Amino acid sequence: MVDKVEIARQFIEAIPHAKALGLKLTTIGDGEAEISMPYNADLVGDPRTGVIHGGAVFAALDTCCGAAVMSHPSAPGGTATIDLRINYMRAATPGQSIIAHATCYHITRNVAFVRATAMDEDQKLPVATAAGAFTVEGL
Amino acid sequence: MARPRPEPMQVVKQRRDAALKAIVDGVPYIRFLNITFDRRGDELTGVLNFDDKLIGNPLLPALHGGVTAAFLEVTAVITLSWEHFFPRIESGEIDPEELFNADAVRFPKTVDFTVDYLRSGLPRDAYARAFVSRSGRRYASVRVEAWQDNHARPIAQATGHFLMPQPKVESE
Repeated sequence: MVDKVEIARQFIEAIPHAKALGLKLTTIGDGEAEISMPYNADLVGDPRTGVIHGGAVFAALDTCCGAAVMSHPSAPGGTATIDLRINYMRAATPGQSIIAHATCYHITRNVAFVRATAMDEDQKLPVATAAGAFTVEGL
Repeated sequence: MARPRPEPMQVVKQRRDAALKAIVDGVPYIRFLNITFDRRGDELTGVLNFDDKLIGNPLLPALHGGVTAAFLEVTAVITLSWEHFFPRIESGEIDPEELFNADAVRFPKTVDFTVDYLRSGLPRDAYARAFVSRSGRRYASVRVEAWQDNHARPIAQATGHFLMPQPKVESE
């Protein structure tokens, strides 16, 4: 039997923008996914603080949500974002990786509903949370 | 009675373009995505200059949804900052070259950002324009849209709330 996690990892990491951000898929299956984004000076939003730009956090969360949808047992294959909302709780700590965790908590024939969090090493308060709806498509 | 003579056009343009360049060039992530801004008077249009690394779906191919969101957010923050700083740059209170050295100059912080994806982004340049719906002392609400070939067929739209930079409280 082929390793589903390995196939998913190769699939996600083959996305050109995922590669550009250095995204690594760490966990996937049953509608849940976890992706890490290493700290990178190119992604900084304010050079005085070294804090990662919110847009990069958004991109990591969006990728993670898409992966969670595709990994859901009822998902036939592909997906695309319909809408995604992000709340930014605090600045990510400079120098630390950002870990995105997404859960596809409900799926219908046409729509998948997802929520996600982005954490750094401080596990007490997320950097950001997200909630969105995704399309359900065949491959 | 007579109004003061207007500044020569080159002086005005040079000052405004230098200010915009200082804001945009100072942010590594904006360079990473290769976003630039066209300025006509005080109106800004964000330009996402296409590159293969912005692709999210290699099969279609299509822009990464995260790139579209980031492009919208960058355009919203820069437009909001521009409108916020513009009067102080025009009055000479802020030297554009010193924007990132000045401790007093802070940028708006995103509180939340909601993106609607309307069409898949084609592998080519995209444009975005932001509208500041309300800018109060503490919070601002911004609407932003992105399009490619046809402005009437936007690829995405978003709204966001931002915390405005607070002036430093003078300690007695």
